[in-house]
Parts: sequence; structure tokens; C-alpha cells
Amino acid sequence: MSRADLRSRPPAATRRPSPLWALGLLHSELVTTVRRWRTLALLGVLAAVPVLVGIAVRIETRDGAPVGGGSGEGPAFITQITNNGLFLVFTALAATLPFFLPMAVGVIAGDAIAGEAGAGTLRYLLVAPAGRTRLLLTKYATVMAFCLLATLVVTVSALIVGALLFPLGELTTISGTRVSFAEGLGRALLIALVVAASLVGVAALGLFVSTLTNSGIAAMATTVGLLITVQIVDQIPQLHVVQPYLFPHYWLSFADLMRDPVYWDDLIRNLGLQALYAGVFGSAAWARFTAKDISA
Amino acid sequence: MDEPSTAERDPDGAPARAPDGAPERDGVGAPEGDPAETRPGVIVTRGLTKRYRGGQLAVDGLDLTVPAGSVFGFLGPNGSGKTTTIRMLMGLIEPTAGTVRVLGRPMPRAARTVLPQVGALIEGPALYGFLSGRDNLLRYDAADPTADPRTRRARVAAALDRVGLAAAAAKKARAYSLGMKQRLGLAAALLQPRRLLVLDEPTNGLDPQGMREIRTLVRELAADGTTVFLSSHLLDEIEQVCTHAAVMAQGRLVVQGPVADLAAGARGLLVVTTPDAADAARVLKELGVADVTADGDRVTGEPPERDLAEVTAALVAEGVRVRGLTVERASLEDAFVALTGEGFDVAG
Repeated sequence: MSRADLRSRPPAATRRPSPLWALGLLHSELVTTVRRWRTLALLGVLAAVPVLVGIAVRIETRDGAPVGGGSGEGPAFITQITNNGLFLVFTALAATLPFFLPMAVGVIAGDAIAGEAGAGTLRYLLVAPAGRTRLLLTKYATVMAFCLLATLVVTVSALIVGALLFPLGELTTISGTRVSFAEGLGRALLIALVVAASLVGVAALGLFVSTLTNSGIAAMATTVGLLITVQIVDQIPQLHVVQPYLFPHYWLSFADLMRDPVYWDDLIRNLGLQALYAGVFGSAAWARFTAKDISA
Repeated sequence: MDEPSTAERDPDGAPARAPDGAPERDGVGAPEGDPAETRPGVIVTRGLTKRYRGGQLAVDGLDLTVPAGSVFGFLGPNGSGKTTTIRMLMGLIEPTAGTVRVLGRPMPRAARTVLPQVGALIEGPALYGFLSGRDNLLRYDAADPTADPRTRRARVAAALDRVGLAAAAAKKARAYSLGMKQRLGLAAALLQPRRLLVLDEPTNGLDPQGMREIRTLVRELAADGTTVFLSSHLLDEIEQVCTHAAVMAQGRLVVQGPVADLAAGARGLLVVTTPDAADAARVLKELGVADVTADGDRVTGEPPERDLAEVTAALVAEGVRVRGLTVERASLEDAFVALTGEGFDVAG
């Protein structure tokens, strides 16, 4: 009876949630992430890498000498930059993908839940109520958006520096065929997308770590530490049995997009592996986060 | 059985599950039709228990009932389980045993429908230091699925105005003083009209002027029909604004009820001021006053059942010169100390 009374009072505040409200939360999340100076600093570092590589190559080859003294050392494609500035895009992505890019993603992903928990803002988001599943999905979408943003920052920076310092024009693929500049540009964008997708696995791993602790710093350090460990394991020949299951193992397969015809096998293995990591660690993060006592 | 199925439904008959079917955490299942469900109360807990990993019993078998429309004071020494209880009410932590119903619905299962109607300040404010006060509120509002984005800016401005922060709205939150952060936390709880406000130590860090403003705000909100659940360690604060109170000690509920009844539970003190203390004490004992003690010119005892005028007459008739005779009303603090047998020491 009394409960019926309680309910019959129209809840003044309640409005049917718009099905699009989650986009509002995502928008808030994206804006909040991008407004952190830490995010801007990471993007700044990523933008600086192509500038450094471009200037170094330019200085080294001022007298017409080949890059690296012709010994073929250095990141992939570096010897081609002097012929075509577009190759700076590939070089910069090859230089940042093993460490800078995943480190930046690890920082953002590691901080995603743990940072909010540490600051106490997580409890207010949850009593708002954002909903645990939705908040986690929003966080993951934001981290993936950051993967894309970070990759695009490297790509665009490299494209600008390459255009300023080196000639542009038709380019030669790894297979030796020539493609037009427009097609080259298209392939560069495709490569950027593949590189961004290569980071999906480490993003899921970071998000899972982030649900385990209330310290953003600890989660970031753990994620970056795992990244380094996995990279080292991937280099030890005696451990070749596990290497095909390590998330960075096929990362450099993006170069296969510069073959003619494109060699798809490793590209597909890479994307499949990333999807597997996203599934496994995404589920683990969900299981952990939805059952967690929020006591910070 | 009383309405076992309606307990699972919204007033409009929508299923209680989250609309997206996302498996939000299920509450610890209580048998539907439990008599507790039919009792009145904006917050009703039955046998609520939380044992943390490591075996520490933070909350032990709590049966709390917060009547609709009350200003409910939640008292207890530090470490008595107040905050753990509030976190369970808000669905942030899972009870080890027992049930929680907020606004008539089970928590945490119905969090999605209950929490938009609840404003909360839990264990102090938490803010994004790199965002302005206004942007902090915009973010919290964006996390509420029922909040209308079209009115968001207006509601944020109104909430800032209500807590007196309108002038500092554009300032970064990290530059706020503790009192300003507290006000911003309160503003976040007031972004929408609420049926229930849960305020954990709302006057923490505020200056006396700020405390008065908060008390006035709480009274205003209560006058509008909002139930206010207020935890505090400031007894006089509870006494000033609360209609009901509960006292916790070491994870257990010691007492709950209307504040007037609680204070009445601890008896007042009869105080006679006289230069003839020894005679006065003798007369009072003869009149049947218990616990008579004389201290200088002050004689105290338990207030007698009989009319105080008779006491005065008897004293005067025996030649006792009386400067003053009064009954000091018991404060909530007296009641608290009588109940917990301790002051506000941290429970071990």
C-alpha cells in the first residue's frame, strides 16, 4: 500500500532516456580525454617523430650521399624518402609502431578506469548513473578513437614534413612496380588504418589492467611494462612457439600493403590476432568491472 | 504473497532490467513478498551486511528505514560503517548479505531507474581538476541517461547558482578551495529535481557561513518534498536540521527514530543553583530525586516525575535559598554517548 503511494507520485526527474544518450557520454569522454595535457603531450611526441626523421634524413643526404651510408640500416623505407616524401609516412609509422604508438595507447587505456577510480570521479559517473557496461564500452571506444587519432597525427605530420623537405610524385612499390601519387596516398591512408587497428589488442589489454587497480599510474606502468616484455619475448628465437600469439608479432606486416599485388596473409593474421585480444581482454575487463566493488 | 511480480516492474510496467539488456549486477536475491517490501520508506534495508575481503565486518545486519519526506541524520563514529552503507545504497559495492530497496526498488539491480532520481555526495566531492567547475557538471550530467542535453547548460547554471558558485564557474576545479569543491559536489547532486538526496558529510570543509547556507538549502529541499539522507559527525547539525536519525556503532545500528524521541530517550538534568548546597541535596533526596550530586553551589539530579513547582516550594519551605532551578534538556550528544557508551573515538 505504502509502496504504491511511493510510486504513484510521478518521478519529477525521470525522462525516457534517448537512445542516443550514450553518444553524449562518448562525446563527453572524448572531449575530456583530449583536454588532458597528458594526451596532448603524447600526441606532440608522436608528431615530433616524423619531423626528427625527416630532418635527419635531409641533413644526412644534403651532399647527395645515400641514407645510412648505403648500408640499408634503419627503419623500413628510410632509403626511399629522398626520392619521394610520401615514404616518410611509411618510415614514421614503422618507427613509431613498435614502441611510441603502443606506449601512448597503453597510457590512455591504463588510465581509462583506474585514473577515474583514483580521482574518485568514477563513483560519481556510476551513481549518475552511467551504467557499468556502457561506461566500459564508452571508455574502450574512446581508447580506440585515440589509436586512430595517434596514428593519424603521425601520418599527417609525416605527410607535411615529407612534402616540405622532399619531392613528391609517382612511387615504386616493394615489388618494383610504379604507382601514381594518388594511389600511393590512398595506400598510405590504408596503412594508417591498419596501424591503428594493430593497436586494438594493446588497448584492450590496457583497459583490462585498468579495471584491476585504483591507481592510474600503476595501470599505465603495468600496461607499458607488459608491452616491453611482450616485445622482448617476440625477439627471442627460442620462444618462437608462442610468438605467433603475441600481439605485436605481425605489426610490421603493414608493409605488405606496399607490395603489388598486396600480400594479405600476414595482414589478416594481424587483424585476427588483434580481434582475439580485443575479445579476450575486453570480456575479462567487462567481467571484472561489472562485479567490482567501487570503494575509492 | 504481496505482489511478487510488480516488484520487478517500473510504475509504467516496463521491465526492471536495463533497457539495453546489459546484465547489470543482480542484487542479492531476497524472497519477493518479504514483509519489508510493504513497509514505507524511501530507503529500506533488511539484514544488510558487508564483509570485506580479509574478513572485516564493516556493516552487520543493518535494518534501516528512512521515511519519505524526512531529513534523516545518519550518525556514527569514524569507522562505524556509515560510508560502506551509503556505497551499498548507491549500488557501488555489493552487499555480502541482506537487501537494499531505494525508492521502493531493489538495489543495485534497479540502479538504472532509481539513481537518476537520487542526488549523491559520497565521501566528499571528486572533480576533474583540469576542467572548470561548469565543465565538471556538464560531464556528470552527460553521464545521466535521463538528463536532457537540450536543457543541460541551463540546469548546470541553475545548480551552480544554487550553491553560490556562479562567479567561479569558469575557474579550473583544481584551483577551488575545499569549501568550493564541496559546493560543486552538492551542485552535481542538484542537477536534476531529485526525490532523494544522499549527502555524506555535506558541510565538511565549509566555513560557518557555508554551513548555514547548506543547512538552509537542506531545509528548502526538504520543504519541496525531497527526502534527505544526511551523514554527519556534527551532532548539533543533525539536531538542527534532521527530523529523524539513526546511530551506528561498529557496523551495527544502535538506534533509529525521530530526533525528538532519541533526545527524549536520554533524560534531562535537574539543576538547582543555591548557596545551601548540602541542605538542597538532602531535600531533593527526601523528594525522591535520584542521582543527587552537589558540586559547589550547583546541585544536580535526575528530573523528578512531580511538578517542579512542588520541588521549589519544598526547597524554600526547608529554608534553602534558591538562586535558580531548571531542567537542562538532553542533547542528542547525551543520547549518543548514552547509546554508544563512547564519544567520537575511531572504532577499532
